[in-house]
Parts: sequence; C-alpha cells; structure tokens
Amino acid sequence: MARIEAEVGKPQGGLVKWIDDRFPMTSTLKYHVTEYYASKNFNMWYVFGVLAFVVLIIQLLTGIFLTMNYKPAAADAFASVEYIMRDVEWGWLIRYMHSTGASFFFIVVYLHMYRAMLYGSYKKPRELIWLIGMLIFLVLMAEAFAGYLLPWGQMSYWGAQVIISLFGAIPWVGDALVEIIRGDYSISDITLNRFFALHVILLPLVLIGLVFVHIVALHEVGSNNPDGIDIKKNKDASGKPVDGVAFHPYHTSKDLVAIIIFLMIFSAVVFFAPDMGGYFLEHANFEPANLTATPEHIAPVWYFTPFYAILRAVPDKLWGFILFVTAVLLPVFLPWLDRSRVRSIRYRGWIYKSALAVFTVTFLMLGWLGTMPADGLYVLMARILSVVYFAFFLLMPYYTAIDKTKPVPDRVVYHG
Amino acid sequence: MGKFKKIAVLVALALCFAAPVTMAAGGSTKMAKADIDPGNISSLQRGARNFMNYCSGCHSAQYVRYKTIGKYLGLSEEQLIDNLMFNADKTFETIQASMSSVDAARWYGVAPPDMSLMVRAKGADHVYNFLKTFYVSKDSPTGVNNLVLAGTSMPHVLWELQGFQVANFSTHDNEDGSVTTTFEGFEPLTAGSMDAKDYDEFVRDTVNFLAYISEPIRSDRRKLGVWVLMFLIFFYILASMLKKQIWKDVK
Repeated sequence: MARIEAEVGKPQGGLVKWIDDRFPMTSTLKYHVTEYYASKNFNMWYVFGVLAFVVLIIQLLTGIFLTMNYKPAAADAFASVEYIMRDVEWGWLIRYMHSTGASFFFIVVYLHMYRAMLYGSYKKPRELIWLIGMLIFLVLMAEAFAGYLLPWGQMSYWGAQVIISLFGAIPWVGDALVEIIRGDYSISDITLNRFFALHVILLPLVLIGLVFVHIVALHEVGSNNPDGIDIKKNKDASGKPVDGVAFHPYHTSKDLVAIIIFLMIFSAVVFFAPDMGGYFLEHANFEPANLTATPEHIAPVWYFTPFYAILRAVPDKLWGFILFVTAVLLPVFLPWLDRSRVRSIRYRGWIYKSALAVFTVTFLMLGWLGTMPADGLYVLMARILSVVYFAFFLLMPYYTAIDKTKPVPDRVVYHG
Repeated sequence: MGKFKKIAVLVALALCFAAPVTMAAGGSTKMAKADIDPGNISSLQRGARNFMNYCSGCHSAQYVRYKTIGKYLGLSEEQLIDNLMFNADKTFETIQASMSSVDAARWYGVAPPDMSLMVRAKGADHVYNFLKTFYVSKDSPTGVNNLVLAGTSMPHVLWELQGFQVANFSTHDNEDGSVTTTFEGFEPLTAGSMDAKDYDEFVRDTVNFLAYISEPIRSDRRKLGVWVLMFLIFFYILASMLKKQIWKDVK
C-alpha cells in the first residue's frame, strides 16, 4: 500500500510528461510549431503575417502602458496625451510606438492581403482563412477608428464627426443609428468614453480571438506558397512534405531576420519621423478638439483614404455610403470571384497580371486622392478610379476564366 | 515574371513610405521659409527670452515646464528664476499666461491660444510668417491686419521692434465681375528699434523656441534612434548568420 502511494506521488518522465498528461502541450507545439511544414520557397511576401502578429503585440503592450496614463474624458484627454508625451518617463516612446504601430499595422496587413492576391492564397481550400482575415481587417478598421478619437485633437473630433455622420445616410434608421453610436446628439464626452471602451476592451479581444482562429484554420489546411502548389501531395517516406520545412527552426529563423528588418524601418519612423510628414500623426491633431471651429480640410488617416476617396467621388450621400461599404467588403468575395485554375501569379496569363497591376495603381492613386481636397480634377480622377476599382472585382469572374494560364510544375521552384 | 515582381515590390514600398507631401497648405500666400536651427542652443535661449518677455503675458505654454527648458538650454535654477520666470515660483511649474483667459476673451473676443504645440499644429513657417506680416489696417480694431491670418484679433505686439508697415495690394477685375486682390509687397511706415535683419533673427529665434517646446524630446529621440538602429544592425548580422546556418541543409 505504502509502495503504490510513493509511485503515484513521484512524477514519471518529469514535468513535461506531468503537463502532457493533463494538457496537450507537446502535441500542440509539434502540430503548430516544430512539425508544421510550410514551403521552403517562401519569399519576402510571406513575412507580413508574422509581422502583423508582431505589430499586434507592440500595440497591445504599448496600449497597456498608455491606458495607465491616459484619461478618457473630453476635458482631460488631450492634456493627458501631452502629459504622456512630456512628463511620463518614456511616455513619448510608448506613444510614438503606438501611433506608428497603428499605421504599420495597416501597411503590413495591406501587404499581407496583397500577397494573397498575388499567389491566390484565398482560393480553395483557404477560403475560410481569407474570410476570417477579412473579418480581422474590418475589426482592425473599427479599432483604428475608435483609437483615433482618443487623443481628442481637431482631426480626431472632426474625422469621427464625418465618418459617424455617414451612417445617417441610411434610410429610416440612420439618425437613430448615429445617436446610438455617439450616445449623444453630437460627439461628446460620452462618445469618447464608449470609444475608449471599444478600443481597449471589446475590439482587441475580438481581434485576438480572430487572429487565433485565423492561425488554427491556416494550420489545418497548410500554408500556400509562391507557386500555389499543394506541397502535401509530395510526401517522403516519413510522411512529411518534401518541399516543406518545419516552422521551427526554419521559418522562425527566417522570420527573425524579417522581424529585425521590419523593426529597423519601424524604429526609423518612431525615432526620426513619428509624424511621417502629417500622414501618421496629422498636424491638425496637435490642436485640441474645438467644437466651434471646423478645420478647412478634413482628411482621414492615410489607411482609410482609398475608401474615403470612393465615398467622396459619389455626389449622393446614401450612394456614397453604399459604395464606400461595398468597396471595403468586395474583397470578401475574392475566393468566388476568381475563376482561374491556377493560384499563383507566376502561372497566370497576361490578363490577370495586367488587371492586378492596374488595380494596384488604382488603389494607390485612390489613397492619394483621399488626402487631397475634393474639387475639380481630383473628383473626376476619383470617379474614374472608383469605376476601375469596382471593375477589377466585378469583372473578375470573366477575365480570370478566359485568361490563358501556364502549366503548374509538380514541385516548388527553389534555388537554394 | 521577375520584372513584374520588382515593380510590385516598388509600388508596395511607395505605398508605405510615400514621400511626405505636405497636406493642404491652407493659406494662399506664398510663405517664406522659417529656416530654424533646432540644434542652436543660443538661438533657443534667445527665443526663450523673447517668448517670456513678449508673448507669455497673453500666451500660455501650459504643457511646458520651466525645468524642462532649463535642462535643455543649459540654464541653472537661478538663471531660470531670475530671467524667465515672471509669474511662477517653482521650476517644475508650467508656463501660464499672466493675463487670465476670461479677461483675454472679453478684451480680444477670443482667448489667445496656448503655444505648447503651435508649431507642431501649424508649422514653423506659418508662425514665422505670421509674426512678420502684420500691416496697418484701418478696418481692424487693433489697427493692424495680418497676411497669414487675415482678421486676427492679435495686435502687433512687436511693433516697437519691427515698426509698422503698409501692405500694397493690386486689384484685378475678372471677367465674371469678381475682383482678385494680389499682395504686392510691404512698405515701412514707421521705423522700429530693430532693422529688418535683426527683427528677422528675433522672430526666427522665437519660432525656434516654439518649435522646441512643441516637442522637447525631439533631439533625445533622434540621438536614441541612432543607438537603436545600431543595435538592430548588429542583431541583424547575428540573426542572418543563424538563419544561414539553419538553412544550410535545405536543398
């Protein structure tokens, strides 16, 4: 009797086994890290997923410290940000990292999405990953929008005023909806308080949950690659894909290099150009919100400007809003709009290549137009480019179906 | 294919790091460059003197502490108290205007804005040109108008130094009946105690100081940034060696 008790009390195989008997630690690590095989020919386009994760961590950590010193009240918000910038030890660094992080989040996510368009990552069987990703993008937009109100500067206030009032264009429920969003008849202390709650609690929680699901879904079907080939079709005797290498240590060591390069660019902005010439921190936002003085030129932060340009291109308020929402949501349908037999741009024909090139220029130009005043030639350009933007998606089922594709090789292209 | 990829990468990079084109410039008048030198400590010291003597009666800099200025400008506590602090006792205090904002609003119609972030919000050129382009105007209760901020309620506080000037405008009748007014130049009316060059320097120093207080940490962050980048370069070398070693056997 005593002998058995002694055996039970003594862990067999150490702490790891003790945990593994109670929690799938080793098997989870194997499944997601040390035995998750991804193609060995990943190029630079494949680092943006990891980088988005890095930015998420930066935002969460810096956000926690900002919350410790920020005051979500209309009377104190602006001053508390300046208090962080001037009086809190290292507050300026935390704040610049957070404000720069917001812009880099979008840079990285836009490039991550663009990668999917280059290599057909959204195509079967990765449609769900794409849908979750689009959901992440939408939540990220809401998160950024809510966060931008918090410094309570002129642009915070008037930018929010413009965007929230858009919902007023919806027939019947519009005005009520606007009131629900603001919690008041105008943007006020109440609005600031609820936006703060959304920005620091609800939306980050949703974001983290979605990112988790995004990665679980990815690991279920496996990563795509620049050739758009299913590497699981070619396995060696031990059952691992011949063109794949384990996430750790192979991809982790490669990603580490990418992360450092990213941090160099990130630091260059944080330390040498935190305003980015008014693009990352708008000049007018260094003036406290003034309810009686509308800035002469209200422009959203750069990451919303492509869609903002589409919104302004339409003379009618309701239709502008509809096209604005449609423009944001259209990429959701990419997996079903794209009828091409191949995934990767490498094996697609000239039609898709040209379409994507035109789309790229269009998106960039719309982004630029969104920062410019809406008059004369700018509006005309925005209208033409809006049509091109929609045409890229809506005509996709036709031009991808007739596009002449090249034969896809059996193995990924890898030059050591 | 490779070419396409390169173009795509270039386009993407252009998106991320588009050259900082200035956002809507605002005024239509062409602005002279303020040409300030943030590294010039004696210019900043003169600017601090100018600000405290000529501006701080009406304008606060409510986020700026005397202590912070003293430390950066190399001024001792005594020097601060004796030369810059006219209405404060302790160096940790912030710069408050001598005039109450309630009075100011009653006298001028609008409370003079806080100066802590003026240069960050409007740009150094804007403030520099504002201080140089007051001109005599009969229509204004203060007797002056301004080229940069038309209809400003601020009087020409620096008239003793600059003197008064008259602005010449030419008018042009357009075909549609409207009139276009073009600024042609200034003409001195009364002389100030400074000549044009000295006044220019005076304004430049003041704007330099305002630029400094709009972001006191600026020079520290740039210095730190160099170290951070040097560390990252070193880290990059190690990481790429590690990556090479690990990927050695991947064929």
